[in-house]
Amino acid sequence: MTEGARLPAAARAIVRGDRIALARTITAVENGDSSADRVVRSLYARSGRAPVVGLAGPLGVGKSSLVSALVGRLRALGKTVGVIGVDPSSPFTGGSVLGDRIRLERRPDDDGVFFRSMASRGAAGGVAAATREVSRLLDAAGFDIVLVETVGSGQVDVAIRDIASTSIVVVVPHLGDEVQTLKAGLFEIADIFCVNKVDLPGAEVAKRDLAELVALGGGPSGWAPPVVGTSTVVPTGIDELWEAVVAHEGFLDSSGERTRGERARLSSEIVGLASDRIGRDLTRRLEAEPSLRRLLDDVVSRRIDPRTAADRLVHGSRRAR
Amino acid sequence: MAKPRVAKKSPIRVLIAKPGLDGHDRGAKVVARAMRDAGMEVIYAGLRQTPEEIVRAALEEDVDLIGLSILSGAHMALFPRVLALLKEQGAGRIPVFAGGIIPDEDARRLKKAGIRAIFGPGTSLEEIVTTARSLARRTA
Repeated sequence: MTEGARLPAAARAIVRGDRIALARTITAVENGDSSADRVVRSLYARSGRAPVVGLAGPLGVGKSSLVSALVGRLRALGKTVGVIGVDPSSPFTGGSVLGDRIRLERRPDDDGVFFRSMASRGAAGGVAAATREVSRLLDAAGFDIVLVETVGSGQVDVAIRDIASTSIVVVVPHLGDEVQTLKAGLFEIADIFCVNKVDLPGAEVAKRDLAELVALGGGPSGWAPPVVGTSTVVPTGIDELWEAVVAHEGFLDSSGERTRGERARLSSEIVGLASDRIGRDLTRRLEAEPSLRRLLDDVVSRRIDPRTAADRLVHGSRRAR
Repeated sequence: MAKPRVAKKSPIRVLIAKPGLDGHDRGAKVVARAMRDAGMEVIYAGLRQTPEEIVRAALEEDVDLIGLSILSGAHMALFPRVLALLKEQGAGRIPVFAGGIIPDEDARRLKKAGIRAIFGPGTSLEEIVTTARSLARRTA
């Protein structure tokens, strides 16, 4: 499909700035509703423009307050902002309380901000399955910057890395000693370290520990993550935090890392989407096709083993007989 | 074109907000928690929301339902304003329910104005959740 004139009506409305169309399409994407399929496909070509800035870190470190402060800063700079705030769904009831909006301070008539709360709906890693496509919708809708606040993360919640062009890892004083900073996972994904609540005692130690971690040498890209101290009680360091984002975005362009990172992220997205589809198809066939059902029977009765059955499933039902 | 996927059971999205100058949010929190436990996605907007903020949040979050909690006595000014703004924004279809200290006479008038259900003190959480669910269903 050629894009532009041939956009579906909902996609045209989103590009025009229709906030209700945007909100409804986001719901449809979250629900896996097929009505969103064409819209998502057709708007892809219009995305890839806005920096996507992720904030990750343990619960209670002040991610929502930082998002609100960054929104204020960006509005003062004349930038429009789309925000996604992800909170956990209950693994027991599927319900959730989404409270990231509560910190948002803005003029209620300001169309330069669009805030959407999102439940994780069982996805691991700190974001929801739909977060990536929704961040693209906000990008295609024309917002200059997309901010994504993740679920309060544990040590391995690094999925924001697959969505954000700049990832900010937020910590507070007294989260642990310097050995914690060496551990694998969350601290590996930081493009920027933010020590929030610097008004509290212990902030200097936390900043120093992170600075030492950075000084140990970084990843292959050659970017050394800056350590920024912030507070939202007595607003401190918010400009510096944003400047660090701008510096990192600049580095992505000048070093060629943006293209490299995009290629890697998109490759894993395509493989993920294709794998889901193949997986659903194989599940359906294994249950529906007589020859494959016999294959399953054979595994149940221990005549063949699961690995051999998987070989036959992948290589076609011809060899399954 | 992929086959249309069968939409999974999608959770009801509900906005819980306290309009106006009113610091008592225990009731709103208890209701938010009960709705969470009933499997709903509760967008908790919290205290001191203007009608404009509430309506904007409802539109951006694409909610199926809005719950307003009030104990300040300003319900006759604030609730109709929320309803009017929703209508003005083309979102009059979103049902609004309310809870708090609302005299019977006011409750009758508010229901006539379009508030779909009003829960006073002592209402069971079960009744609130059941009513909320049926209100959300009718618009879905």
